[in-house]
Amino acid sequence: MNKDNIRNFCIIAHIDHGKSTLADRILELTETVALRDMENQLLDNMDIERERGITIKARAVRLKYHADNGEDYIFNLIDTPGHVDFNYEVSRSLAACEGAILIVDASQGIEAQTLANTYLAIEHDLEVLPVVNKIDLPGADPDRACNEIENVIGIPAMDAPRISAKMGINIREVLERVITDIPAPKGDDDEPLKALIFDSYYDPYKGVIIYCRVKEGQLKAGDTIRLMATGAEFQTVEVGYMGATDLIPVGELHAGEVGYIAASIKDIGDTSVGDTVTNAERPCAEPLEGYKKVNPMVYSGIYPADGAKYPDLRDALEKLMLNDASLSFEPETSVALGFGFRCGFLGLLHMEIIQERLEREYNLDLITTAPSVIYKVNLTDGSTVYIDNPTNYPEPALIAGAEEPVVNAHIYTPPEFVGNIMELCQDRRGTFKDMKYLDENRVDLHYILPLNEIVYDFFDALKSRTRGYASFDYELKGYEPSKLVKLDVLLNGETVDALSFIVHVDKAYARGRKIVERLKENIPRQLFEVPVQAAIGGKIIARETIKALRKDVLAKCYGGDITRKKKLLEKQKEGKKRMRQLGSVSVPQEAFMSVLKLDE
Amino acid sequence: MIYDSSVYVHIPFCERKCGYCSFYSAPSDEKTRTAYAKALCRSIETYRTMHLECPSVYFGGGTPTVMENESLISVLSKIKNVFELDDDTEITIEANPKTVDIRKLTELREAGFNRISFGVQSLIDEELAALGRIHTAEDALAAVNDALKAGFDNISCDMMIGIPKQSTGSMLYTADRLSELPISHISAYMLSVESGTPFYEMGVDTDDDVQANMYLDLCERLAENGFEHYEISNFARDGRVSKHNTRYWKREYYLGFGASAHSFFDHERRSCDDDTQQYIMRQTQQDTVNEVFPDELEEYIMLGLRLSEGILFNGLRMYGASEETVSEIRKKAEELAGYGLCRVTEKNISLTDSGFLGSNAVIGEFLNLC
Repeated sequence: MNKDNIRNFCIIAHIDHGKSTLADRILELTETVALRDMENQLLDNMDIERERGITIKARAVRLKYHADNGEDYIFNLIDTPGHVDFNYEVSRSLAACEGAILIVDASQGIEAQTLANTYLAIEHDLEVLPVVNKIDLPGADPDRACNEIENVIGIPAMDAPRISAKMGINIREVLERVITDIPAPKGDDDEPLKALIFDSYYDPYKGVIIYCRVKEGQLKAGDTIRLMATGAEFQTVEVGYMGATDLIPVGELHAGEVGYIAASIKDIGDTSVGDTVTNAERPCAEPLEGYKKVNPMVYSGIYPADGAKYPDLRDALEKLMLNDASLSFEPETSVALGFGFRCGFLGLLHMEIIQERLEREYNLDLITTAPSVIYKVNLTDGSTVYIDNPTNYPEPALIAGAEEPVVNAHIYTPPEFVGNIMELCQDRRGTFKDMKYLDENRVDLHYILPLNEIVYDFFDALKSRTRGYASFDYELKGYEPSKLVKLDVLLNGETVDALSFIVHVDKAYARGRKIVERLKENIPRQLFEVPVQAAIGGKIIARETIKALRKDVLAKCYGGDITRKKKLLEKQKEGKKRMRQLGSVSVPQEAFMSVLKLDE
Repeated sequence: MIYDSSVYVHIPFCERKCGYCSFYSAPSDEKTRTAYAKALCRSIETYRTMHLECPSVYFGGGTPTVMENESLISVLSKIKNVFELDDDTEITIEANPKTVDIRKLTELREAGFNRISFGVQSLIDEELAALGRIHTAEDALAAVNDALKAGFDNISCDMMIGIPKQSTGSMLYTADRLSELPISHISAYMLSVESGTPFYEMGVDTDDDVQANMYLDLCERLAENGFEHYEISNFARDGRVSKHNTRYWKREYYLGFGASAHSFFDHERRSCDDDTQQYIMRQTQQDTVNEVFPDELEEYIMLGLRLSEGILFNGLRMYGASEETVSEIRKKAEELAGYGLCRVTEKNISLTDSGFLGSNAVIGEFLNLC
């Protein structure tokens, strides 16, 4: 097909503003999916995504559209995640597109994250097409939303399509505007092949499947490709495009198109997202500009509940890393938990998603440690160390000073919640910078916040204090000196390394108190009394006692019926399997998890 | 070659079901009871050709004494006829104090029953009422007296720990009053509220810590009163332990007859469905085999530790434990001894009273090493 009749675009929207619903409507309208195959939110095909109503991974689909001008068009729609943790995924999607549909909720207006992603799109030279959604809602005020787009982002929006994705209103207008507003891709079929990898995953039958955007040249099955970052070469087995539910093989992929490559690639390490694919016999001179490497901000230890599953966990992490380059991991060992991995994440949601995917898709039972940020510790000998694992935190005597990462945080909120949010930020050791009215109904609150105060449960706290109306975005600002201490947890007098964490000295007592309470609630009574203590450098700051299990007896085995007794012991054995033995104390998995969410 | 087995007979009838009871029993009329006795005799008859010696017989329930003497005696006669009993054979019947009188007891004694176990539970009337028992403290004392007169010299009484409204003092009162009687045996069970019982529906609450303290107090008091604590819930004077129940803990064979009765025989653990009508209709007892060749080591530990004599290291070896396992078990026992839960000697491991209280968990610790 003529390049002029191709449009590559993505959709930018805040969580719940209707991105996946609009994508579904577009799929219906272009009859890409037979109606019987239609499931709500088809693009979000991970279970977790459907359940949480969010998009985690970028996903792509090719659509055929018969326009009002009588011509047929090919649309490549690339879905993007909306959450702050997944900025990196967003920029991957953007690099494969010429334009972006910006969805704004007619009743809510622009949210912090939408703004961040829109700026990303503008940085990538994408044409932004604003769309006002949910006009069917009683509280909808499309004019205000359009004004806000013009005032806040600075792009014309008064003629933006006003739609209801849910009700299917004005969807066709959006598609027509895609044709008129978003430019067709450029590129020359005769140039050497240059294709950008924007996603990949492992298929047990075909090996690694590469999703790419062909920028220059063309590619067909049988061609030998070279991945420019590693120099690895493979013979292409199949090329094609992404149907809504299946991969559809085609003869060749041309400049301007979005498609997939299967080349029997077995080693997932060979393909990295952001790399350039070229033809081995006629390579291009320069690779495309890749993505800037994102650095994990939050670290946590992940351990298999069953120690024997360690190799399975490694395997699963490797496979996940293939299409989630933002995930990093390296082996670590814990006295309490055995062999596991210290994993780096972009944020807390990213961490939760990875854990859930490991558990669901790879059927692993996990124990995770409290998330930690990277602390910068200046030692008395003049050297500096970076600590992402509390276990490695130096002895207080060796520390000249410690620094912790802080972020620039922007919170968008209706004015009535400003007081609540300020209180929250204050409580989280935030420093107020400024407050701007975006319009009479929306305020932008700017705070400097320590990262370790938001990795736990800041989102949840913010949502509950603003009835869900506030949105939040942050970027790393740098390091600032801080009074930090390492808080240890002792069970029956012994330190449990996996439960140690770094905390600001002013918060240590409260946190210590809470942790020992939580552990007391979550560790079952043992045959003897177990003290649970929190300590800073050997000084106990909080204590609870798990009382000894006094009575656990089956007094009567009537008439020689010992089956109940046996069942009981079986159950006990099963339960024991889910426990970690720390010295003589059996600790259930839940106890480790319970200290992660202290403010619930 | 199997040469002996005890016999258990289950009589699943009660005048009224107690609020805490989770065992199988059903209301009945005389016709049903007679038919049930006949069915029991049929089942017992099937063992005739085996010529098994029988060291103990136990009629349990339900309330066996709600059944007419004629039926009870016909079943016992059948047992005597089919199995080989001798003068030492312990023949026990459970009884509710309200369902017996001197005439009934005399007949039973004459028919061969030589041990009787009364469900006394408490000697405080409010506590008996709270349990939903049909008898009073006076009924209980009278029944024991009648049994003595009828010629029973081996009498056991059940009492309960943790009855609603019971205090440590009132529990010890019951224990002392029972000890004053010329009885040889006391069984003391902690009230547990099982789902499906009226107590459970009523939301009766038991406090484990309170019960634990009461249990320890009771063990101490019964020891003072001359009773040997020979099994988690059982205390005997003058060496008169329940032979029958002890066989359960020692993994010796017993054949159970009647609805919901359990057997351990010829390396099989079997049970009969808890359906009285079906039991009567069938020509022979049809047991479900629950386990064939059960794990001997596991059972030895689990059952042996219920007894105050405990388990022998040589016993563990005999049931297949490796030297490594034996030494791990010894190490664990020594650790638990440090918490006062068991005693370890060169030869054996046994549980203390606190160990009995936590016996599920303690036994679990050992089983995890097997």
